Amino acid sequence: MPGLIENLPTNSGDNKLENTISFYKTPSPARFTGIGAWLLTTDHKRIGLMYMAAIIFWFVVAIILGILIRTELMSVGTTLMEAETYNALFTLHGVIMIFFFVIPAIPAIFGNFLLPMQIGTDDVFFPKLNLLSWYLYMLGGVLAIFSLFADGPPDTGWTFYVPFSVSTHTNVGLTVTAAFILGMSSMLTGLNFITTLHRMRMKGMGWMQIPLFSWSLYATAWVQLLATPVLSITLLLIIFERLFGSGMFDPNKGGDPVLYQHLFWMYSHPAVYIMILPGMGVISEIIPVFSRKSIFGYKAIVLSSMAIAVAGSLVWAHHMFTSGMSDVAVFVFSFLTFVVAIPSAIKVFSWVSTMYRGSILMTPPLFLSLCFIYLFSIGGLTGLVLGAAGTNIQVHDTHFVVAHFHFVMFGGTGFAFFAALHFWWPKFFGRLYHFKTAYVAATLTTMGFMLHYIPMFVLGMQGMPRRYYDYLSQFETGNFFAGIGAYIMAAGIFLMFINLALSFKNGEKISQDPWGGSTLEWQSPCPPPLHNFVAPPTAPGYPYDFKAVIQKANEPKGTGGGPS
Amino acid sequence: MDKIINPVEQIDAAFLYIIGISLVLLTLITITMIWFVIKYRRSKHPVPADIRDNWKLEIVWTVIPTIIALSMFWVGWSSYAGLRNVPKNALEIETIAQMYSWIFVYPDGKETEDEIVVPTGRPIRLNITSDDVIHGLFIPAFRIKVDAVPGVNTYAWFYPEKPGRFFVQCTEFCGVGHADMTAILRVVPPEEFQKWLEQEEY
Repeated sequence: MPGLIENLPTNSGDNKLENTISFYKTPSPARFTGIGAWLLTTDHKRIGLMYMAAIIFWFVVAIILGILIRTELMSVGTTLMEAETYNALFTLHGVIMIFFFVIPAIPAIFGNFLLPMQIGTDDVFFPKLNLLSWYLYMLGGVLAIFSLFADGPPDTGWTFYVPFSVSTHTNVGLTVTAAFILGMSSMLTGLNFITTLHRMRMKGMGWMQIPLFSWSLYATAWVQLLATPVLSITLLLIIFERLFGSGMFDPNKGGDPVLYQHLFWMYSHPAVYIMILPGMGVISEIIPVFSRKSIFGYKAIVLSSMAIAVAGSLVWAHHMFTSGMSDVAVFVFSFLTFVVAIPSAIKVFSWVSTMYRGSILMTPPLFLSLCFIYLFSIGGLTGLVLGAAGTNIQVHDTHFVVAHFHFVMFGGTGFAFFAALHFWWPKFFGRLYHFKTAYVAATLTTMGFMLHYIPMFVLGMQGMPRRYYDYLSQFETGNFFAGIGAYIMAAGIFLMFINLALSFKNGEKISQDPWGGSTLEWQSPCPPPLHNFVAPPTAPGYPYDFKAVIQKANEPKGTGGGPS
Repeated sequence: MDKIINPVEQIDAAFLYIIGISLVLLTLITITMIWFVIKYRRSKHPVPADIRDNWKLEIVWTVIPTIIALSMFWVGWSSYAGLRNVPKNALEIETIAQMYSWIFVYPDGKETEDEIVVPTGRPIRLNITSDDVIHGLFIPAFRIKVDAVPGVNTYAWFYPEKPGRFFVQCTEFCGVGHADMTAILRVVPPEEFQKWLEQEEY
């Protein structure tokens, strides 16, 4: 598609960039070839792409489960399946989406591939540990598949609340073990990223020269490292309860079922920030590039990422206002919840202000980022309804909550994931995709998304609980429209994936930065060579300085040239 | 006797306050975003400005949202306080959740399943617990929801002012029959309630 992008800041006269051998042709370690070059690699780029294959597989599985759930709910009574099947489906949908897609998607794929490049180095600090993390992820997946057989899939919801999760006869144990192993994978990735950022930054790059995507991964990695052990212990305790009847959560033995909820959310609320922070990092990269203008308030964004990581670890019990815990706890946790809302608001304001007096080029990644800002804002603002104690009581555990967290996790992280795919696709594969199809797919997905989740806000306020196989007849219209929205959204997502896949066949080949990025990963060819850079990159004084990019773009054609 | 304040009104006011401000903020953010994208598009605005930060603006947009957020917290908290402070002369009904039905026991020992009948004009206090796993008692019409936890006693109260039929649902996932674990709340005039209370059980 020549001519799609004007004023490309390329330097195609530079043969060094065009004639480098990409990492696809250079196995690492060099003794492995064929499939072994992938499965035994320690190259962070190959590991990132192996995560991509596995994560997209699970994402598609969970989308299909979601479609089945919404189809069942489109009319009152039994539509497709019995209650047992429905309960298993929403549990699997939640477990897969959370543990196999949303948590690892951006850090494991884009973090692995890009973090070392953004800080001008050739790999993560522990390359072998990185490969081990991938194998743990795959092992978790295999166990999750096994749990479908034997005693039947789990039917507890992804939260595994006791005492139900201890008393049910389905295969909770295996699923919990799978989540435990995925937690290990997540922790090791976090550890790797923290060490890499401390020890592997190129000479001359101080903390305030690190790109915001890497900063967001740093904040995320601390939460992964500190919060995940709590989940691991909690999941082990469930297994102990099931196998040995240890009684920790059993009131008949002096235990406390609400204690489980505290332990669970002590991880799972910080996990919400594990899920959203990397997405925020992606948006902080994309908006400056297409505005050709520095991010507004770099330091405020860095600080807000760290503030979210800290404050987000202190708000877990806002999931439990109805659990019977004390009113003092409700007061404290509601207050802290409003405190943690502020750094997220600052980020939104910074993104929008970045575009002020920029030079904005509309592209699919930017379009998806704008959709992100809109959808994430709705998710964040409806979170205020849930954070306020009185209103929380009405909408807790209803479809309002379902809509809220899908706006944050899917409208937020999911759309950031889509934006990241479209932004770094040329970096990964040296190919451009078809822009018009990408816009159509993104629009379908966003429109479907709105039709899918907006009715759920209304249903929730009217009182339709979540995890309901069947419902009162007054809720039918809303559920019917939500179902239609789900089909449109799924069609949009599949079109997006097909469009990206077709780029391997029809996409324009490129060898260098198609957008005009200022961060270091764009200083190397697309796709990059094994050691990431052809010549040692120069550390910028400030990561979002677009002077060089603007200068190149304004050079007369012919001396600089474009790809067309 | 003090006038009883119905928490429903306070909670609805809190909804209105939070959602109203949120809609205004969302609209402002969205319009600004779209306006910038159109106004500063590359074909019309080829040379970007180099603005990196503006600490005054950043302080403003930190302080104002903080004030808004704290006001929302306070509105939310005071409406919640209304749900927790039970007026003195409340009629107390013991409520026991089990897979998959609700049992209600009246002070005189009368027991019903999946049906509560209450008189108008008197606050009702439900003392809630569970026999097996965790359930959640939810009466949307009165904005109340409390989990029924085995081994723990929780409570909720509401103030039925007019007769009517309302639905009660379970909101904490409890197994195969979760969605069917509903009950009917019938609010009737006091005389009718008295008559109902004295009736033989079913």
